[in-house]
Amino acid sequence: MAIKWLIDASYFVAAVLFILGLKGMSSPVSARKGIIWAGVGMVLATVVTFLTPGMNNFALMVIAIAIGGALAWISGKKVAMTDMPQMVAIYNGMGGGAAAAIAAVEFARGEMHGTVVTLLATLGALIGAVSFSGSVVAWAKLQGVMKKAFRLPAQNAVNVVLALATLGLGAAIVIAPAIDPMLVGAFFILALVLGVIITLPIGGADMPVVISLFNAFTGLAVGFEGFVMGIPALIIAGIVVGAAGTLLTQLMAKAMNRPISNILFVPMAAAGGGE
Amino acid sequence: MDGFVALYIFMLAAFTGYEVISRVPVILHTPLMSGSNFVHGVVLVGGMIALGQAETPLEQAIGFVAVLLGAANAAGGYVVTERMLAMFKSKEKN
Repeated sequence: MAIKWLIDASYFVAAVLFILGLKGMSSPVSARKGIIWAGVGMVLATVVTFLTPGMNNFALMVIAIAIGGALAWISGKKVAMTDMPQMVAIYNGMGGGAAAAIAAVEFARGEMHGTVVTLLATLGALIGAVSFSGSVVAWAKLQGVMKKAFRLPAQNAVNVVLALATLGLGAAIVIAPAIDPMLVGAFFILALVLGVIITLPIGGADMPVVISLFNAFTGLAVGFEGFVMGIPALIIAGIVVGAAGTLLTQLMAKAMNRPISNILFVPMAAAGGGE
Repeated sequence: MDGFVALYIFMLAAFTGYEVISRVPVILHTPLMSGSNFVHGVVLVGGMIALGQAETPLEQAIGFVAVLLGAANAAGGYVVTERMLAMFKSKEKN
């Protein structure tokens, strides 16, 4: 009982630190302090999670944290200042992938409690997977791995059809009485393809705005999976980032004098000249 | 979790996120994007709990991926944000 209290209290403190950290980062004077506060919150939340009663696979957990954390830490330290945006993209994509993977574990366990939980898990999986594959494409473009902007014929129509098909599969998962592994697998594949298809036609100059949008997406996905797992700290951090990221995306687009709809759904007339 | 309690948390968190950064100057757009990218790295905690409850090899494998990606999000997000803000501060002093 005491341990559960300690964990809940620590998650609460972490959530407060995240909000204070973001608040700090929105002003030049306190920006450095902001990231440190948020960092303290993250370490606190991670450490107390190890105390969660009834957990297994601690060795796997430590190995995964060591590999993922070390690789990201080193690559983040090494990268040139000018290459920062694509690093933000790839780390953000990994967060989205993590949210989608959490949903996948819950689907595999097959113990969804109620329609609302399944709905939020599915939505989180969709948004997280789109954010993951989209961010990887954004990274590849900024990094120069992928040089040309690909545009399918009738790009916007393809986007809409693919999005509707993915949503349809998601709805089928929510409505189905039991979790169907084939359905879930097809859903994840379509969601990943959707992220790629949406991001492919977008040019390099618009990328920061798109990365910011995917950042907000990942926040939302994390918030939804937080609800599924019953961890308020995830809900708060995720939804705060989702809202802040949405506003930030609008501000960035405004600073570039480009409405977001123009960036995501490039008018076909402008398409030819752009590249 | 009680549905309406969760809904209240959603609503208040959304307003908080909107409010907290509503007056951010243009130069802080990219560092703030990176900083909020770090904050959603808390998905690591969800991944750890998912992996902690995993039983079959499939669940363990996906849970492992979740923790790996979450840890990379948190660690990478922190380093990159810290570096950006460090640069920003030295600019301020000049």
